[in-house]
Amino acid sequence: MEDLDKLQTHFVEATAAATSLDMLEVIRVDALGKKGQITGLMKTLGGLEPEARKAAGQALNAAKEAVAEAIEERKLALQDADLDHRLEAERIDVSLPARPAEVGHIHPISQTVEEIVAIFGEMGFSVAEGPHIEDDFHNFAALNIPPEHPARQEQDTFYLPERADGTRRLLRTHTSPVQIRHMQAHEPPIRIIVPGRTFRADYDATHSPMFHQVEGLVVDETTHLGHLKGTLIEFCRAFFMVDDLPVRFRPSYFPFTEPSAEVDIGCSHEGGVLKIGAGEDWLEILGSGMVHPKVLENCGIDSTRYQGYAFGMGIERLAMLKYGIPDLRTFFDSDLRWLRHYGFVPLEAPSLVRGL
Amino acid sequence: MKFTLSWLKDHLETEAPVREIADKLTMIGLELEALEDRAAELAPFTVAYVKEAKQHPDADRLSVCIVDTGNEEVQVVCGAPNARTGMKGVFAASGSYIPGSIHTGVLKKTKIRGVESNGMLLSEREVGISDEHEGIIELPEDAPLGAPVAGILGLDDPVIDIAITPNRGDCLGVHGVARDLAAAGLGKLRPFDQAPLPGAFKSPVEWRIDLPEDKAAACPFVVGRYFRNVENRPSPKWLQDRLRAIGLRPISALVDITNYVTFDLGRPLHVFDAKKLKGDLTMRLAEAGEGVLALDGKAYTLDPEMVVIADKAAVQGIGGVMGGELSGCTETTTEVFLEVALFDPVRVAATGRRLGIISDARYRFERGVDPQSAVWGAEVAARLILDLCGGEASEPVSAGTLPKPKREIALRPERARTLGGLDLPAERQRAILADLGFEVAEKDGQITAGVPTWRPDVEGEADLVEEVLRIHGFEHIPQAPLTLDTTLPLPAISLRQRRVAAARTALAWRGMNEAVTYSFLAGAQADLFGGIPDALRLANPISSDLDVMRPSILPNLAAAAARNADRGLGDAALFEVGPQYRDDTPEGEDLVAAALRAGQSGPRHWDVRPRPVDAFDAKGDALAVLEACGAPVANLQVTADAPAWYHPGRSGVLRLGPNVLANFGELNPRVLRAFGLRGPAAAVEIFLQHIPEPKAKSGKQRPALELSPLHPVERDFAFAVDEAVPAEKLIRAAKGAEKALITNVEVFDTYAGKGIEDGKKSLAIAVTLQPREKTLTDPEIEAIAKRIVASVEKATGGTLRT
Repeated sequence: MEDLDKLQTHFVEATAAATSLDMLEVIRVDALGKKGQITGLMKTLGGLEPEARKAAGQALNAAKEAVAEAIEERKLALQDADLDHRLEAERIDVSLPARPAEVGHIHPISQTVEEIVAIFGEMGFSVAEGPHIEDDFHNFAALNIPPEHPARQEQDTFYLPERADGTRRLLRTHTSPVQIRHMQAHEPPIRIIVPGRTFRADYDATHSPMFHQVEGLVVDETTHLGHLKGTLIEFCRAFFMVDDLPVRFRPSYFPFTEPSAEVDIGCSHEGGVLKIGAGEDWLEILGSGMVHPKVLENCGIDSTRYQGYAFGMGIERLAMLKYGIPDLRTFFDSDLRWLRHYGFVPLEAPSLVRGL
Repeated sequence: MKFTLSWLKDHLETEAPVREIADKLTMIGLELEALEDRAAELAPFTVAYVKEAKQHPDADRLSVCIVDTGNEEVQVVCGAPNARTGMKGVFAASGSYIPGSIHTGVLKKTKIRGVESNGMLLSEREVGISDEHEGIIELPEDAPLGAPVAGILGLDDPVIDIAITPNRGDCLGVHGVARDLAAAGLGKLRPFDQAPLPGAFKSPVEWRIDLPEDKAAACPFVVGRYFRNVENRPSPKWLQDRLRAIGLRPISALVDITNYVTFDLGRPLHVFDAKKLKGDLTMRLAEAGEGVLALDGKAYTLDPEMVVIADKAAVQGIGGVMGGELSGCTETTTEVFLEVALFDPVRVAATGRRLGIISDARYRFERGVDPQSAVWGAEVAARLILDLCGGEASEPVSAGTLPKPKREIALRPERARTLGGLDLPAERQRAILADLGFEVAEKDGQITAGVPTWRPDVEGEADLVEEVLRIHGFEHIPQAPLTLDTTLPLPAISLRQRRVAAARTALAWRGMNEAVTYSFLAGAQADLFGGIPDALRLANPISSDLDVMRPSILPNLAAAAARNADRGLGDAALFEVGPQYRDDTPEGEDLVAAALRAGQSGPRHWDVRPRPVDAFDAKGDALAVLEACGAPVANLQVTADAPAWYHPGRSGVLRLGPNVLANFGELNPRVLRAFGLRGPAAAVEIFLQHIPEPKAKSGKQRPALELSPLHPVERDFAFAVDEAVPAEKLIRAAKGAEKALITNVEVFDTYAGKGIEDGKKSLAIAVTLQPREKTLTDPEIEAIAKRIVASVEKATGGTLRT
């Protein structure tokens, strides 16, 4: 039995000294292989007396297990070391740039329109649209703007060529003709907003020949100026995300509303930076009023029964104020640097629930 | 509309501070544009006495002055040639801000050529009242030492500038503004003297009105008065100061009076030098081609739609717009004929517009002048002429009849609440209307309001509600919530609008940036994209580059890509979802998602090699949008008949039979050249309106999902086919060979060249078979494969490559 102990010790020590899986395999074959030394001893057991065989068998099994265990343990350690070695060799420069996959951007006008729709949608407005090429009736006459009205002279209208019947189509100067089209086609109650392109023949630092407006119209039997105030105050606060934003209604004049009001929001100019919120200054952002009875009648709506309000605002102006975009003309330049800087990643549709 | 505070106080008895007046103006609808309070700006500058001025020891052109400011004596180095001992000047102490100084900013104590200087004596430019900088201001000897100079210089009258909306012609005179302020509780309106002034003789000039009956409204009434022995000297200082304060140049008393009454009472006037008139004056329509030299020194050619004032010989004025130069008053005028007329606002506006004349008279007439002013205007003007120019006035002469628009409007007091949202007692409403000049009475619980002659804009009950609320203050209207008719809001946008958003989002996720470009462009660019009918050429474009409506969005995107390339950004990926125009009807406006990729597929990268953009980028963009918009993309056919602006061999059309959903492909090199685009460009136009609407009855429900437990089998085939055979045909043939089991066919290789006969190409496909009930045996798979080969060979004329 002394020999067996020596043999076990020999193999356990050899195993511990093995420095590679190949060496370890040689040791395993030498000890436990078909012709291995321990296997060889097992074969001798048959020649022993049953008593002796039992004792020797147990000892031999114990030694065999001990050696096998040592080999297995060493094998795992060597495999681990091998893997570590491979991992070290597989090192890459993770500071290299990832494969290019640019996500594009949504234009601030689209984003702003969606934000506006999200707010008014919650108040029960739906979105209406209308043609850009309009006729005199829808753009002017039905809105109580007769041909020689001074308000009409202030709008520089783009005209298309005169037709055979002497009429001229024009590019709509505001989104208000959609009010008319909608009222002609729908019975009250009406609650719509109309975002869209508008056109005026004017181009300088603060005017673009094409710009965007959003129009609002509510017609029913009870809506009054207080509701207009409520709607627009809530809108301004939600849009600019300023809970205590001061909103001021000033009497004004539009041919298609009576009474009419312009709406200002509070702001301050600290260190040359415009900030929307309570401050010492006011910024005009929209025009509004109660729909003129003549406008209702022009659309075939009984003005003794129905009333309502309308408002309109410039989308670029809202976007400029909210997102700090300095120049109107840049909206239409399609400068990639501008689009990437001021544009929006298309992560989710704006909603009041998620925050604007 | 500009006026000064003291001018306002002629009409309004008030102690209110100017800031309060300014704020109130805004809140009653007369929006403040500017409040120029020179007294506040000039407050640091005081009267000082130059006790001694002596030569600077080291500078010929400088003097060293000992200045008594009233508080102390300081030493000031001064460069003005007129600085001298014993004068009084305008002193600015160290630390004050000098508005018109070349040394911008705050004045500092300093040393000039070794001599200490504490403050400054100011020129007119430095005070900011003129460009004069030759010398320092010399104040009168009796100017009190240490007093603020604003009052002494006549600059202590704040100037108020307000915006008048087109309906408020009555506020184009200071008196009207004062009336509104008085009604709003800021003081008491002072009436002005309208009493008839007796005439001393009969006017040698008479008025006639000679208008066709149907155009009698062009000038319904005119009053005149003759003045003799007048002396047209310069106006007195108070009048000159007021005119200057509002930006008018004083000329002579007669001219200044007409300007003054225009701004004071909103009543335009004209004065003729009566010695230059020949006979009586007639209001008539101009004859075609008739001309006049107007007061602005320009000659105008008139047309028969314009009213003129003419004597026997010639046209002497354009009615309501401008007087004539040849009969105008000069310093030598001694005989004057005054014109106080009423004109039709519409005709005045049209005349002014056609002639391109903007005048204070036109501005007022086209917004509506109080008809009654024809009567009192003549009296007010006569008093001023006699006061300032002496002489005597004739009895008034007139022609036509004074219109007396008598209008009464009923106001239900509850309308303040039901229309205006503010519960206001009827007494308060009556009081406001009375203060505004309405003749107020009560009848059956309603207010009846007689509209004053100066308010032609007030036409109905809603106008009265506005008057009441405006004066009471919109700020008192409580805000009311707009309640929903439904518990939850309903969807706000239509399918079409959702598709716009879907297209936009899909393209942005594909790395493209959204642009918004003009609806118009240059005609030459439109021609490259199919052209535009004449009905869509703008009659008055702002430039020849923007003269037609766009027939396609692509030219604008191509131009944008070229602009970006010029800035060094050659690889542009841009899209726009918007309108394009076929004709001038509402139906001729198409909603299109257009996208354009230019240059390379991406930036240069260490691992991914960029390639030039091509038709398959565009096709991918098209399919992404169509799928996002709910189009049945699996059923689309591709044909190679895209419009001419695409590369004829590298473009296609995605369609459902005759319904074209999208064009895609590389842009025609001729188009690229026209836009100066160097690299290739791949473009797509998706016609969102052409996408079929989803069937309503299937709703949002999806078909049941079939998950087979059996493993799918994939088999590859390669066919040699004629070059002209579209891959799509082969795919369809393969799919059709065993519809129940074949779930997918992918083209994984195309090849032409060595090993393939000339004029042929190899298309390799991978076919996926999904067993339905049991695993397919090898013989079964073999049989299907044979059917696939047979089907493809029959459909394409190709052969299986082995």
